[in-house]
Amino acid sequence: MILDGKCPTGPIEQTWDKHRFDLKLVNPANKRKYNVIVVGTGLAGGAAAASLGELGYNVQAFCYQDSPRRAHSIAAQGGINAAKNYPNDGDSIYRLFYDTIKGGDFRAREADVWRLAQVSNNIIDQCVAQGVPFARDYAGYLDNRSFGGAQVSRTFYARGQTGQQLLLGAYSALSRQIKAGTVKMYNRREMLDLVVVDGVARGITVRNLVTGELESYAADAVCLCTGGYVNVFYLSTNAMGCSVTANWKAHKKGALFANPCYTQIHPTCIPQAGDYQSKLTLMSESLRNDGRCWAPKKKGDTRPPNQIPEEDRDYYLERKYPSFGNLAPRDIASRAAKEQCDDSRGVGPGGRGVYLDFADSIKRLSEDTIRERYGNLFEMYEKITDENAYKVPMRIYPAPHYSMGGLWVDYNLMSNVPGLFVLGEANFSVHGANRLGASALMQGLADGYFVIPYTIGGYLTTVKPGQVKEDHAEFKKSVEDVNSDVNKLLSINGKRTVTDFTRELGGLMWENCGMARTKESLEKNLKKIPALREEFWKNVKVTGSGADFNQQLENAGRTADFLEFGELMCRDALHRNESCGGHFRSEYQYDDGEAKRDDVNFCYVGAWEFKGVNAEPELHKEPLQFENVHLAVRSYK
Amino acid sequence: MSDHKTMTLTLIVWRQKNASDPGKFETYTAKNITDHHSFLEMLDCVNEDLILEGKEPIVFDHDCREGICGMCSQVINGAPHGGQERTTVCQLHMRKFKDGDTIYIEPWRARAFPIVKDLVVDRTALDTIIQAGGYTSCHTGGVADGNAILIPKPVADEAMDAAECVGCGACVAGCPNGAAMLFTGAKVSQLSLLPQGKGEAAARVKAMTAAMTECGFGNCTNHYECQAACPKGINVKFIARMNRDFLKAQFA
Amino acid sequence: MQLSSSSIGRKILMAVTGQVMILFALVHLIGNTTIFGWLHGGINAYAEHLHALPPLVWAFRLFMLAAVSIHIWFGIQLTIENSGGRPQQYAVKSTQKATFASENMIWSGLLILAFIVYHLLHFTMKLIPGMVLTTDPEGTVNVFTMVVSSFQNVFVCAIYAGGMVALFLHLTHGIQSSSQTLGCSNNRTLPVIIKAGTLVALAFLVGYLTIPLSIFAGFLKG
Repeated sequence: MILDGKCPTGPIEQTWDKHRFDLKLVNPANKRKYNVIVVGTGLAGGAAAASLGELGYNVQAFCYQDSPRRAHSIAAQGGINAAKNYPNDGDSIYRLFYDTIKGGDFRAREADVWRLAQVSNNIIDQCVAQGVPFARDYAGYLDNRSFGGAQVSRTFYARGQTGQQLLLGAYSALSRQIKAGTVKMYNRREMLDLVVVDGVARGITVRNLVTGELESYAADAVCLCTGGYVNVFYLSTNAMGCSVTANWKAHKKGALFANPCYTQIHPTCIPQAGDYQSKLTLMSESLRNDGRCWAPKKKGDTRPPNQIPEEDRDYYLERKYPSFGNLAPRDIASRAAKEQCDDSRGVGPGGRGVYLDFADSIKRLSEDTIRERYGNLFEMYEKITDENAYKVPMRIYPAPHYSMGGLWVDYNLMSNVPGLFVLGEANFSVHGANRLGASALMQGLADGYFVIPYTIGGYLTTVKPGQVKEDHAEFKKSVEDVNSDVNKLLSINGKRTVTDFTRELGGLMWENCGMARTKESLEKNLKKIPALREEFWKNVKVTGSGADFNQQLENAGRTADFLEFGELMCRDALHRNESCGGHFRSEYQYDDGEAKRDDVNFCYVGAWEFKGVNAEPELHKEPLQFENVHLAVRSYK
Repeated sequence: MSDHKTMTLTLIVWRQKNASDPGKFETYTAKNITDHHSFLEMLDCVNEDLILEGKEPIVFDHDCREGICGMCSQVINGAPHGGQERTTVCQLHMRKFKDGDTIYIEPWRARAFPIVKDLVVDRTALDTIIQAGGYTSCHTGGVADGNAILIPKPVADEAMDAAECVGCGACVAGCPNGAAMLFTGAKVSQLSLLPQGKGEAAARVKAMTAAMTECGFGNCTNHYECQAACPKGINVKFIARMNRDFLKAQFA
Repeated sequence: MQLSSSSIGRKILMAVTGQVMILFALVHLIGNTTIFGWLHGGINAYAEHLHALPPLVWAFRLFMLAAVSIHIWFGIQLTIENSGGRPQQYAVKSTQKATFASENMIWSGLLILAFIVYHLLHFTMKLIPGMVLTTDPEGTVNVFTMVVSSFQNVFVCAIYAGGMVALFLHLTHGIQSSSQTLGCSNNRTLPVIIKAGTLVALAFLVGYLTIPLSIFAGFLKG
């Protein structure tokens, strides 16, 4: 099937305005008759629930945490992009659009990206109005910093906690609607099924994480704002509760999963210290402005870094990329670090790390200057590793941190299942094969505040409100299905813990479908993952009961889904015989290690249709057309 | 760097099946713990052992494990988040403990935070306080340009100091009165400092402090235990500021 | 009115009444030191001036009674409410910032109350036995003799000393606490106010105790 993104045509600058005009409107008096479900309360979900509630829809919002304020958007550090051009340095909507398309390695839709760039300015205004304390200068104007290789300063920030502040802004808007009664909030609920009636999304089945009760909620539209899936790697910068579960359940009910192989690996994270480790912590990429990456030249060199003389050090980024040096782009820097470690020249526990050395900068600029620039990061590093990075070089290692792939959506953010909308990181739409720094926050809020309020109306005008209620047979069936999965997990009583399986799957994914993939490694995974899945369903041990607060059971369900999803991810990576953005197939590279894209054969969105757990999924393609930005090779020379 | 010495610790952990169970302390041993384990990873290890023994693992709230989501909530040896300055439980590392230590682990204890299970408490009361007025009543869309109203850096910075609150509730857990003044004060101050929030300042402070009392939080007696417990180091000056706003609101 | 029903409102009332009482204590202390004779006519003259206008005396007494009552009423009410703020105590008590004084405001407060009652019975109503009451021809009590004779008794001295220690503890926390409640402090001023409050409390302790101690030690004789 050739997919249609339903993008508006005509001059790109007018697409969104024209489309908004073409969308049908729901009469204000009728809005309250429509129920809308929003799953997830991060930037996309929080903003969507608040905005839809304010418009007058009857919104039910769900999150698995104890409060909507805790969604993992909160952990974003750097900032949020907008084409305000306040610094007068040549930015424009067109430039942000161009940078995003190019940064995404030409694997995103032009119209979607244009819209994102266009509404980016509204987002900043909206957040300021909410009381988000963005950094400002002494005169009181909003401050900008440069970020992620862009040539203009367009990143707005609130210290190192921009995600937190934006999320709290959305949370406050959501709280206002909860108080007003337009949004009903359900905390500590995990979505475990999408209810589809006659091909249309009509509601969800959730598990009340406190009581264990399965609950049905019907609605006229369902919005999934459930984030990304990089916890499939087990160790990532995501929160412990982040999972693919909501998306996967929707996928199993017919929603296509697009480009699952596009995952972003962040180069500057604190390396793993031991097997017991549960997550990886990211440190701002800005550290590479003053730190020099190196690894020992000798294999298995166990000398402390300060005793390794200059001639025994390999400043590999400076050596391989003389012009960009330590500021090589994320994917390049990440892969280069992995290469050093794969060559037995890694440092620290397990040899999984390289040095990021500030000694030269400290000598050149003084320790105080470095402290001023990165003090909080050095402090965080010391808290975790107990090492003083002013005295010994930091150890860093790449870690999975964002997924560009997600459920397939059209220009209206609606999946191929009518009534099912997907927002934020959960969809695949704007980042292509690689996301630029400070663009994730922008997308989440754009989708929630400024896209879905319009596009959902266009859909709702086509349905009669309240056609399906919770007593419909499909809801009962859904509850029964979920219940039987829960009971099955509890009844296995095997010998291995859930974490044990999650860790093993993560290891396989990282090793064979991580920063660099090959045909062989992916094929290996396609054998190993089904076997691991089979063992899981025979040998996992989940204690406690289903009718209780049971974190083991929650994790078991999430891992079960990752065990299915991981296979799809490998399959997608295997089929895409090219390297682009976050997807690097070692077979497809130029001599200098640059990713070798194949625009002739792979300039499309690969969207997979679920055909059964052990059946091969079917690939559908949406061809990508580039009319405004011309296809070109990304170069960092 | 990695060292091979490991610790064995005795944990005395509060176990409570549900809200109506009286609950009691249980003793566990944590073995093979290294300096590099975070406190939660230490508990993960204990839990893995419990599961394999067929016992129910210790239930505790956690999510981001990088000190920003505010989900983790344990009182360790009487101190919320373990007492290390500006640190959440998830960022607390075992190098702060010695081999052979006995560690008491309890949930937040406050009237407004009923215990859900083991170390998990219900903090929806904090959401209720925000819902009472912790926002500016702006609409989505149709707002002024971000630079239309200037906010000098010192003001923006002070608002940010207040806005850093992660809503974990350690201030309440540390307060002998179970008061939520630091939490509420931080939000009230953030919004009353900024021009965008000033218009509603009087109504906001009245509504939010009233909600605070309705939710069952105690009254402030200025012990400042909240500031000591706060993983973000929110200053009690924001309580004073809220008090000032409250007083002003009486004449507004 | 939100002042008498809300959490912060009641605290503000306590802070204001507390500061009124501190002011009173200061004036009272200065008045008492006339016993050392710096005012012409000494404490007797001071007492006489003070009671020269009975309506004013009573108005002032009522005002103070109101302040004291408000302070006590809300103090007890808030303490009772707060005692349930943490239904179950932690197994390990770990205190970072709270002090003995801040944790025992209700007890130091009640001790002060008991002391004030005693003090009123003693010098205002003159009902405590064991002091020399001499009157001049116009029937005015010789205050100087009354005070000096009282404080020659070690038990009386001990009661006053106890009362003043309670006042000291109450004020070390009360002064900074009331300024915080009234919103008069920030991160720069609070540490200063805490120190200054302790100094003021100490000054009250030393100042008030000078009188009974110097009498007991024999520096002031009847």
